[in-house]
Amino acid sequence: MKLNERSLAFYATCDSPADNTGFLYKKGERHTAYHRRWFVLKGNMLFYFEDRDSREPVGVIILEGCTVELCEATEEFAFAIRFAGARSRTYILAADSQPAMEAWVKALSRASFDYMRLVVRELEQQLEQMRLGSRRRTEPLVPPRRERSLPSSGSKENGCAVWSQESCSLPNGTLPRTSHEGALRPPPLPPRRKPSLGSSPVPLLVPETPFTPGTTTFSQLHDWYGQEILALRREWLESRGQL
Amino acid sequence: MRYNEKELQALSRQPAEKAAEIGMRVPKKGSVVKRRLVKLVVNFLFYFRTDEAEPIGALLLEHCRIAEEEPSVFSISFIEEPDRKYYFECSSEEQCQEWIDALRRASYEFMRRSLIFYRNEIQKMTGKDPLEQYGISEEARFQLNTHQA
Repeated sequence: MKLNERSLAFYATCDSPADNTGFLYKKGERHTAYHRRWFVLKGNMLFYFEDRDSREPVGVIILEGCTVELCEATEEFAFAIRFAGARSRTYILAADSQPAMEAWVKALSRASFDYMRLVVRELEQQLEQMRLGSRRRTEPLVPPRRERSLPSSGSKENGCAVWSQESCSLPNGTLPRTSHEGALRPPPLPPRRKPSLGSSPVPLLVPETPFTPGTTTFSQLHDWYGQEILALRREWLESRGQL
Repeated sequence: MRYNEKELQALSRQPAEKAAEIGMRVPKKGSVVKRRLVKLVVNFLFYFRTDEAEPIGALLLEHCRIAEEEPSVFSISFIEEPDRKYYFECSSEEQCQEWIDALRRASYEFMRRSLIFYRNEIQKMTGKDPLEQYGISEEARFQLNTHQA
């Protein structure tokens, strides 16, 4: 199968933050020898390099559908990345210490896309319920629906996308249990980051609408929402008799 | 680069976020549009010959740019080679827009940013970190500082 390897290599080596890095011993496929490699975990991709300053990874382990477990091995502090399926390979890795091993096992067992998606959906739902719970009387100013309001001729880097109310199926084919009653408000767009620029956020250019005057950058939109949220919070606390 | 191809093949057989037959043109000299079954699973876009069960290839959708080229045509390119574009010719503007929206949300990095954002919002509203109950508040991948500084 073809894979966009050059892009993968770029992803591995660019300065976007990694979720874990470190030296691990990796057991070879055919032989029992362990090779020391520099590992970089980004998202659901576990890259490994010959050395810390290598320009390109030797390989990558795609972490979808795996389980991570401690294992008995000739090496101390060993753990295994196992995949389901008849002829699937099991990767045996070993760390230098107990804490390092534990940190890797934890990081790797939560590295899947599915896991991230579940947590995101959970938080989305929580946020939604908070907003619904507070909005009992007249609606405050409606934040604009953003789906079509971005300039259509502009190219957007991935990650600057519009949050829409489309439900996506979970990998097992079911739909997530988002609630669709009442007013669903798309949250503001998460900040966009270019990997090479590091610290400063690139302002998101959003055309002004009658509903959100003066909100042409994410930070302005954020402040605008902030006011609404403060008001909602006050209402919510009042409704719970806490004010 | 070595990779676990069997697992990637297994992934291509998982239920898709989105799948359709679309005309695809790869960034190779002299390439033409070919009808492909295109399937989005997690942060991979698989493409198959329409009558085959195994994909021809996969694109990892991280650090990529999804652009509308024409009303029913979108492209995928990667940040390190922005002129090298994969073109997708859809059957309608609507289909094109749906795919653009879905693909822009498909990266792990996008989800991470959304999570950090929601976490922050909830924390502001309630004064509590919503990740604490799952015991994952200290994880590097969810940190505000790590990924926004």
